Formats: sequence, structure tokens, C-alpha cells
Amino acid sequence: MERKIALIALFAALIAVLGLIPKITLAFGVPITAQSLGVMLCGTVLGARRGALAVLLFLALVAMGLPLLAGGRGGLGIFAGPTVGFLIGYPIAAFVTGFIVERWAAAPIGLVASVASIIGGVFVLYVFGIIGMAVVLGKTFTESALLVTAFIPGDVLKAVLAGVVTATLAKARPASVLSRG
Amino acid sequence: MISLTSPIETRAHHWRAGAKLAGLCAATMVLFVLDSVATQGLAFGLLLVLFALPGRDFAAAGAAALRPLVPFLAVIALWHIVTGTPTEGAVIALRMISAVGFATLLTMTTRLTDLVAVVTWGLKPVRRFLPTRVIELAIALTIRFTPVLILKGKMLVLGWRARSAKRPSWRIIFPMTLLAIDDAEHVAEALKARGGL
Repeated sequence: MERKIALIALFAALIAVLGLIPKITLAFGVPITAQSLGVMLCGTVLGARRGALAVLLFLALVAMGLPLLAGGRGGLGIFAGPTVGFLIGYPIAAFVTGFIVERWAAAPIGLVASVASIIGGVFVLYVFGIIGMAVVLGKTFTESALLVTAFIPGDVLKAVLAGVVTATLAKARPASVLSRG
Repeated sequence: MISLTSPIETRAHHWRAGAKLAGLCAATMVLFVLDSVATQGLAFGLLLVLFALPGRDFAAAGAAALRPLVPFLAVIALWHIVTGTPTEGAVIALRMISAVGFATLLTMTTRLTDLVAVVTWGLKPVRRFLPTRVIELAIALTIRFTPVLILKGKMLVLGWRARSAKRPSWRIIFPMTLLAIDDAEHVAEALKARGGL
């Protein structure tokens, strides 16, 4: 029990840290914030339920006014803005990602974690993100989808990285990768 | 951990957090019902007055919190000018600014401790089915360990810079995750040693 609570709390903190430490630059010079990578890692490392709980904990602290989102943003205002769908989608994305990693135990964890992150952390997340944007901006789903397409390649890349990081963690700290425990 | 609460003390800082939250819910619902430029404009005017009352620094902090909306406002403006529906665009834009603005006002005038108290109060009815003390502990742990992990992350970046002429790449995420896992294992042991949950 203590281990699970501590891992959930520390992974919630990790999502914040990945959003706040900037200047992670990809090979071709594109700076990215790794916050959504943190959400994917919650799913791939902690599993469906605990991963989603870690993300919920993170969102609760953001709602309470801690500046934990990328760029030092936070507070209730974020939940009324156009990106609200992505925030609502975060815990569900972590859950779906974790669920796939838990169920698909036959293949190597790196591959499974990458595919699970693409399905959960990109596809599912964008469905929620696009719905949220459509509601707040008063546009149709197709129009809102057009606004966010530019970010999809970057997020797919993050999903692949989530797989690489998870595979390395499974070697370094096998007991802590709860999704395969 | 510094929260986004404004250090400029306003009268609203002393209002009950629960009442403010209920008010915000009502205000947001009203905003989504109003669909004329005049009524949305009135709500926006009220928001401006509320931000201006506590003084210039408070208004500037509020404006900074609303700045991420600018690209979305540009998209809305462009879209509705092109489609020839400027009135509809104005309603959508004003509604978005007001909804985010009122919520920002609540965050700026409510202390973290007061909001944690509201959460604790809100969890009371489910105390029988849910281990609410565990949730409160997890909240405290995350608040405590976020700055710790940020500091360790900064040390990692410094270490990287000392050894490489290149900027930190995505590879730094791996040791960062490892740090979080190892800290979690230590915290779990410490909790158990103190009698556990």
C-alpha cells in the first residue's frame, strides 16, 4: 500500500517536473515539453488504475492553483480554456495506455509501451482534446481537429520515447514497473 | 511550493472558498447560456472591473494568466472574419475570456490551504467507501516532492551541461524517471518504518 501511494504521488510530481524543465531539444532542433510524455509514462509504468490516479492527483493540484502545467500555468482558469479537453483526456489516456500494457504481456515491453502510448496517449487524448476545443471555440469537430493536427507528429514521437524509457526502466528497476508486476 | 494565489490581499481572500467555487460554477453556467454580444460584453466588463479593483499589479498578474488565450483569439477572429460571422465570433471570444478570467480570479484570491480544506470537506461523504486519508497523504507527498524532483532535475541538466557542449536531449528523461522511482521507494520505506498507513 505505502509503495503504491508513494509511486502514485511521485509520478504525479514527475509529470510536473517534465513540464517545468524546458529546453529538451529533439535531434532536429524542435523544443518539446515532455508533460504528455509524463502522462504516457504513468500508464506504461504504473499500469491502468494507478497511472490514472497519478494523473488525477496531478490535475487536482493544478486545479487548486499550483503552477504545474508546462510554462508554469495552473489554476481553475485552465479548466475553462480551449485546452480543457486535453486535461480531461489525460487520466483516460493514462488508463488506456496502462490497460494495453497490462493485457498485452506477450510482446517485448518497449514495443508494447510505444504502441499503447500511441493508442492511449495520442489517439484517445486527441479525441478528448478535439471535443473540448470544439465546445469552447464553438467549432465543428473537423474544424477543431484541423487546429491540432500540427502537434500529432511530435506526440507520436513522444509515445515512441515513452516505449524506450519504459523498456530501460524495466531493465533497471523491474520491481517498480507495476504494469508488468 | 509557490501557488498562483495573489500576494496582493483582496477582500475576496477572506471569503469562504466553497462559496467562491459555487459562485464560479454558477457564473460559468450563465456564461454558456448568454448568447448576445451585449450580455457577454457586460460580463466581460464586470471581469475587467474585478481585475482592476485591487490595483495595477493584480491586473497585470491576471493579464499574464490570460495571455495563453491570445493564439486562440487570433484563430477565432480570423475564422469569423473569413466566414462573415463577426457577431458569433465576438460572443465565443468574450465567453472564453470571461470563463477563464473568472476562474483565474478564484485561483488568485484563494489560498492553497483553503482549497485543500474544500477537497477534504468534499470527500467527507465518501469517507466510508474511500480511504480519504490516503488521498490527503498523496496530495501532501506530491506537493512536497515536486520541488525536490525539480531541484534534482535541474542538477541533472547542470551535470549534462558540464559534460557536453550540446543541449540536454530527451535522454535526460530516463534518469529523471529513475530518480522519481527511487525517491518513491525510499518514501514508502520511511512510511512503513513510521507505522505505515
